[in-house]
Amino acid sequence: MTINQNKTTLVVTLLRVLVGWHFLYEGIVKLYNPDWTAYGYLATAQGPMKPLFNTLLHEGTMPWVDTLNMAALLIVGVTLLLGVFERVGAFIGIGLLALYYLAHPSFPGLPQINVEGNYWFVNKNLIELMVCTLLFYYPTGQYFGINSLKKRKAIKTVEK
Amino acid sequence: MKWTRRDLLKGLGGLPILGAVWWAGAATTVDKRKERTEILETLDIQPSLPNTYQGFSGKPINVGIIGFGIRGEQLCRALGFATKEWMDEMALEMEENPNDKRLEDFLNQEKLNINLAGVCDIFDMRAEKAMRSFSTDANKIKRYSTYQEMIHSGAIDAVVIATPDHWHAPMAIEALNNGVHVYVEKPMTHTIEETYRLREAANNSEAVFSVGHQHRQTLSFKTAEDIVNKGTLGHISLIQTNTNRNDDNGAWNYEMAEQANEQTIDWQQFLGTAPEIPFNRNHFFRWRKWSAYGSGLSGDLLTHDYDRLNCVLHMGIPEAVMASGGIYTHNDGRNVPDVLQVNMEFPQYSKGSSQIKGKERGMTFCYSASLGNSFNRPTILMGHDATMELGNRLTIWPDAGSTRFAEMLEDGKMNPSIPIYQYDPAANSPDAISSATSQYFADKGLMWTYVNGVRVDSTFLHMREWLGVIKNGGKVSCGIKEGFEEAISAHMAGISWKLGKRIEWDPEQEIIKPIEDIDFDGVLLSNEILNFDFINVS
Repeated sequence: MTINQNKTTLVVTLLRVLVGWHFLYEGIVKLYNPDWTAYGYLATAQGPMKPLFNTLLHEGTMPWVDTLNMAALLIVGVTLLLGVFERVGAFIGIGLLALYYLAHPSFPGLPQINVEGNYWFVNKNLIELMVCTLLFYYPTGQYFGINSLKKRKAIKTVEK
Repeated sequence: MKWTRRDLLKGLGGLPILGAVWWAGAATTVDKRKERTEILETLDIQPSLPNTYQGFSGKPINVGIIGFGIRGEQLCRALGFATKEWMDEMALEMEENPNDKRLEDFLNQEKLNINLAGVCDIFDMRAEKAMRSFSTDANKIKRYSTYQEMIHSGAIDAVVIATPDHWHAPMAIEALNNGVHVYVEKPMTHTIEETYRLREAANNSEAVFSVGHQHRQTLSFKTAEDIVNKGTLGHISLIQTNTNRNDDNGAWNYEMAEQANEQTIDWQQFLGTAPEIPFNRNHFFRWRKWSAYGSGLSGDLLTHDYDRLNCVLHMGIPEAVMASGGIYTHNDGRNVPDVLQVNMEFPQYSKGSSQIKGKERGMTFCYSASLGNSFNRPTILMGHDATMELGNRLTIWPDAGSTRFAEMLEDGKMNPSIPIYQYDPAANSPDAISSATSQYFADKGLMWTYVNGVRVDSTFLHMREWLGVIKNGGKVSCGIKEGFEEAISAHMAGISWKLGKRIEWDPEQEIIKPIEDIDFDGVLLSNEILNFDFINVS
């Protein structure tokens, strides 16, 4: 079986745009809502990492946690959508999703809070995390994205 | 370097998508906030802030505790004194469940400038426990064998009364007449006659008198008052409050200490004016089950719910009360009901109306209690325009038939199944349109009531208020006026249940309207269940 390189690239590029879209929208909604806070999400953390997440719940630390989370979401969204520094974006995305997963892991025995489906170890956060890993190893910015302009510029320079 | 149109499309194609997502996210969020702001502006509710509190310094207040039973121990903890036994038990509980913060909360509690100077308990074991636990080298707790001895000792500035109900008024009156400050547990009195005498004593005394309805310190109740006064709920025609318990402790079947006998308990002093009967451990430890010493559901638990609403609505004494119920869940020799329904009528109640003048007036306060089921029925205030659930948190739902919100309901800006306001003193900001998520967090009790970032006990706040007024002057939130209203309303319910009759209040003369041949206090104290129209117990 041969892999159609072009179609694979097209599908991965689309995947990149969709993940970027998702992150950006989450970031924007938080950016425009000053009352938003991750307090509730962290306060209800479950599983082995619960104590770690609960230590963040201080008056002094919460604004930092909220701002960093929002900024990270925006960075991942912008880089993946525009196809620039996309590997940095994918890497940050992996980190964020790992934190989301660990705060509310879909482990058997833990009550599933605020989920719309049924999960056993694997949930949507984990799947999106793996997608980000794919994007990290399979950058597509040179086909669709600002990186393609950079590449072009580099070729032109060499031709001179 | 030259880019073709194709290069640019491939290179910058992401930009329009970014713009679209950005615009969509921003527009949706800003719109939602605008709607929320519109609702909040319409409601104009001012969430209450913690009371500013002036500490008291100088010479510590010498406090004496009368009655060191279950409640007495709790009140001492609120004053900053816990027994070693309790501390050890809580440390064990914390080991088993790290989320159990009771010990931590107690240790973090602000220290009050008081000196626990004396204890009066007629059961040796309890009095000795207090002395053993709280005596220090600098301050030996003195045991007094009678409350008179404590009040007249000159060594006590203020007493905390946590005895059976039939001792509340005699002790409080004696203290007030001698200038000793009083904090008395609810119900304020056991009979109607002593309710008037206690009011007179409190009004004539310089000493500060406070009734132990600690919920008056709950922040949400002050916000609830603002909500009601602004007409958010419209005319309130019905209030539902409930007691739902289903365990031995909740049904007053407390543990009986083995050391209790005629040698370790001053039985005659326990009885006081109650009918003479031989020593009985059951009566001593589980006194709440007999009307000779306790008041049953109407005095024990209805009083909490009545006062909770009286501090929000200031509705005062009902014009009429009807009660029914029986001993249906704990037929163990008790003579107070374990299932009780009380309807209190307030035909003149009005805080304004959103409809045509004169259409709405009057309210029923409905208390429903069972000691045989613990399903959590919340307290609900039902108005023409909205419904409010009253607790530590407040939640308001608009009513489908509301006049005030008709336009917003029609425009889809409000929905009867979605709360328009939620107040939680622990949350960062009041949430106009509560999401399922925040509802969940709050229901799980994850958000506590904080005062300046520290979780505090309302009993502590209530006692601190009383002590603060003793030192600095001012007014307590549950004084003699509020206590009088609470006691009379509860007694009306107790009499109504026993007689199976409607009991009415005469607000002009400030008396319960007499019923021929009936001695109301005799009925209240009687160990018989009467329920006969012709009975004469005087």
